[in-house]
Amino acid sequence: MSNPVAGALRQSGSFFAYCLDCLLAIPRRPFQLREMIQQAWFVSSVSILPTALVAIPFGAVISLQLGTLTSQLGAQSYTGAASVLAVVREAGPIVTALLIAGAGGSAICADLGARKIREELDAMEVLGIDPVQRLVVPRIIACMIVALLLNGLVSVVGVAGGYFFNVVLQGGTPGAYLASFQALGQIQDLIAGEFKAVVFGAMAALIACYKGMTAKGGPKGVGDAVNQSVVISFMLLFAVNFVMTSIYFQIVPQKGT
Amino acid sequence: MGVEVQIDGLTKSFGRQNIWADVSFTLPEGEISVLLGPSGTGKSVFLKTLVGLLRPDRGHIWIEGKDLPELSERDLYEVRKLFGVLFQDGALFGSMNLYDNVAFPLREHTRKSESAVRDIVMEKLDLVGLAGDEKKLPGEISGGMRKRAGLARALVLEPEIILFDEPDSGLDPVRTTLLNHLIVDLNQQTGATFLIVTHDINTARTVPDNIGLIYRRHLAMFGPREMLLSSEEPVVRQFLNAQRHGPIGMAEEKDASELEAEAAAGIELPMLPPIPLQMQPTDGRPRAAERIPGEWCRTNGVIPPVGSFAPAPGQPTTVPAQGGVSEWAGPDRVDPHADTVVIERRDGGA
Repeated sequence: MSNPVAGALRQSGSFFAYCLDCLLAIPRRPFQLREMIQQAWFVSSVSILPTALVAIPFGAVISLQLGTLTSQLGAQSYTGAASVLAVVREAGPIVTALLIAGAGGSAICADLGARKIREELDAMEVLGIDPVQRLVVPRIIACMIVALLLNGLVSVVGVAGGYFFNVVLQGGTPGAYLASFQALGQIQDLIAGEFKAVVFGAMAALIACYKGMTAKGGPKGVGDAVNQSVVISFMLLFAVNFVMTSIYFQIVPQKGT
Repeated sequence: MGVEVQIDGLTKSFGRQNIWADVSFTLPEGEISVLLGPSGTGKSVFLKTLVGLLRPDRGHIWIEGKDLPELSERDLYEVRKLFGVLFQDGALFGSMNLYDNVAFPLREHTRKSESAVRDIVMEKLDLVGLAGDEKKLPGEISGGMRKRAGLARALVLEPEIILFDEPDSGLDPVRTTLLNHLIVDLNQQTGATFLIVTHDINTARTVPDNIGLIYRRHLAMFGPREMLLSSEEPVVRQFLNAQRHGPIGMAEEKDASELEAEAAAGIELPMLPPIPLQMQPTDGRPRAAERIPGEWCRTNGVIPPVGSFAPAPGQPTTVPAQGGVSEWAGPDRVDPHADTVVIERRDGGA
């Protein structure tokens, strides 16, 4: 118990085992469709507005940064291409995942944590119902679906924000901005972005559920669990993002190279 | 019709801390057993181990020929359908009203129509005196009502083994008595095996057929009610009679020097109080595992304390008239037409 390395290893191990349990529970019947729809509705209702509001300035900042740089290099016509690339490949999935983890994940973790300490989950198990199958699987799938859809929203809103700032504030040419979309970007970028978003959504939900279901020590334990679930999701998110981006560049040939 | 549970050499630790070791006893089928123990001796942990929520380090729990700790997760869920558990605070689902809470196991496990579900739910809610409260949320009702609703939910799948985690904590004496009566009635009607974990002495003395006592990380004694109530074993004696002198101290147990000092001071233990009669079902029929009062003492040559097996003076004995009511009307809904006659008996007793 005292050894922090052993503690970290034990945590990782039990989290991994938990993920496997969830994976095995996904195909098990009956699938909790109703619970999944409720959760998807809930997660999207808490994350749509913040996601859109974050996406606008995000796209704008990318445009601003690139606008100055590209104008110095005399490559204004590529501003649109670069900002599409940045938003669709990176910003979209990351913003989506941050908000799913921050808004949806924390709520899921708090909900399951409260159920855990009130012995509701124990009661459910005793009634012969597996909480992983009944509660966790619908939440994971709900988060994945919402992440997939939100990522589309972020991409559109982010690019629109970039367009607005480039064209209206920096005096860029609308036609050039739109025309350059396909100069660097390709359809694989969008597919990869959506794939990332789905993986991040599943990750955020898994961590939130795991932390919630292992909460202990009364109301304070639930608070700690929520705190840890958000911090761990954010950290893992960036690490996994790096790995996935590296793999993407290895397997998908890039335009213009 | 009740299931026997055999517990053999059960041991549980958390990390390096041993909770209890080598606990072995058998819950006889169809009987009510009470498990007692000072606070913090792992009684709730024991209950959770019994339903497979916690895995023991060693030992076996035999139910219908299956060893619970050895079962796979999926088989465990099947065996758990035999159990009904009343958790300390009812453990109701906070997001559902009482009706949906009680209906939940039926909706998950059976293909009953919604009207059949409704009939069963209303019957169980009526049984625990909560008819009319089905639309309330668990957050809006008192602890006692939550407990009763939890009991209704535990009963809905007609379990063979019913476990109670401190059914009497946080309830007033009247409701404790009513709940205890409900337990005795249920035992008689369903013939299920009951295990009650408690530290309420009154419950332990009158409700069960068997008593067990956990102390110092092991099972000190388990056996028929009369055996423990007439026992001279210091721990059992101290606990069952709520006495100050004995091996149990304010901290979990007294150390040897304290005990020696107590022995040296020659403190004379007070006499054992009389063994009370068992609580009887409200419909006047015998208990599921009815035994003649004092039979165990006679067959084992134990002289029960003076005044045992007589109604305590001043305590009314309920003698039901023919066709007595078995339904439990809450204290706030006492049936004015209840055909139950209350007779004060003052004969006998010490």
